[in-house]
Amino acid sequence: MHELSIASRIVELAGERCRAAGAVRAVAITLRIGQLSCVHEDALQFSFGLISEGTPLAGAALRVIHVPARIWCGPCGREVELPGIQRFACPVCGMPSGDIRAGRELDLESIELADDRATATEAAIR
Amino acid sequence: MTEHESTGPRILEVRTKILKKNDELAREMRRGFERAGVLVVNMVSSPGTGKTSFLRETLARLVARGEPVAAVVGDLETDNDARRLAESGAPVRQIMTHGLCHLEADMVQRHLDGWNVSSLHYLFIENVGNLVCPTSWDLGESVRLALLSVTEGEDKPLKYPGLFNTADAAAITKVDLAEVCEFDRAAAVAAIEVVRPGMRIFETSAKTGAGLDDWLAYLAERRAALGIT
Repeated sequence: MHELSIASRIVELAGERCRAAGAVRAVAITLRIGQLSCVHEDALQFSFGLISEGTPLAGAALRVIHVPARIWCGPCGREVELPGIQRFACPVCGMPSGDIRAGRELDLESIELADDRATATEAAIR
Repeated sequence: MTEHESTGPRILEVRTKILKKNDELAREMRRGFERAGVLVVNMVSSPGTGKTSFLRETLARLVARGEPVAAVVGDLETDNDARRLAESGAPVRQIMTHGLCHLEADMVQRHLDGWNVSSLHYLFIENVGNLVCPTSWDLGESVRLALLSVTEGEDKPLKYPGLFNTADAAAITKVDLAEVCEFDRAAAVAAIEVVRPGMRIFETSAKTGAGLDDWLAYLAERRAALGIT
């Protein structure tokens, strides 16, 4: 369950960025997760829900962009997307390649911050 | 940074690695190790593959050759592995993670405190037995070794391609048991090669010493290359 560690880094990093932007809270965050990163989305969603409590990220939606693995194929002279991660060979010509060009991503792409006025109104209602 | 008027939601473009702090620390550690001529090896496998026996034999051979070596070993609980490794005569420290399923760069750094690391030739990090969680954590190593024993399935690399794919070398352990286990060597080698084409594979036994000379020669070769990079 290393997703718990990853979720705490996300909350830490996104929290810093929210504060730096003067935002009270975020409504959503978007991640890019590569197919080779060994991160399970359900476990990450669960962990994020737990860890974000009491932070500016509480209640924020966690959106994940899954990035397929891509390798460089020498004979074809181009980058090719792999249909799965059990075989690191060009799906077109069959040549094996260990030259990974994508799929290891574990990135915080963006944060959607709450509308300041809406937040102020909510605060006033409370 | 793209910012709209505060009437609607604002999107902050971040585009940062989630494990940035770990990655930066690991990079800085690796620079320090490599500059000092210390080859750092991060050993990863399932629990029970025989990492500790493999490492104990590796350490014992290096100690016998007069090479300055040390090891840190990660486990959820107990210092049993550190005690087993210390039989080699090398300095060893246990990192108890208390439930955490992988090691992180700062944990390794803290456990090196007080050691004259730059005087070492080799430093081994035995990761927590786990084929998933350690994948994304760079520990500042120059070589990541994935281990697989003949008592496990030959298709393990296909089941855990993420980890095998990040490794620089692979060791098949317990080859002395291969026959009893009806281990299909060709299938295991093929499974490793298909997830990590071109990776060096060592077929070893901590019990008989098979394959360890090749492994030590590889380490020496990798260490010699540090000066060039």
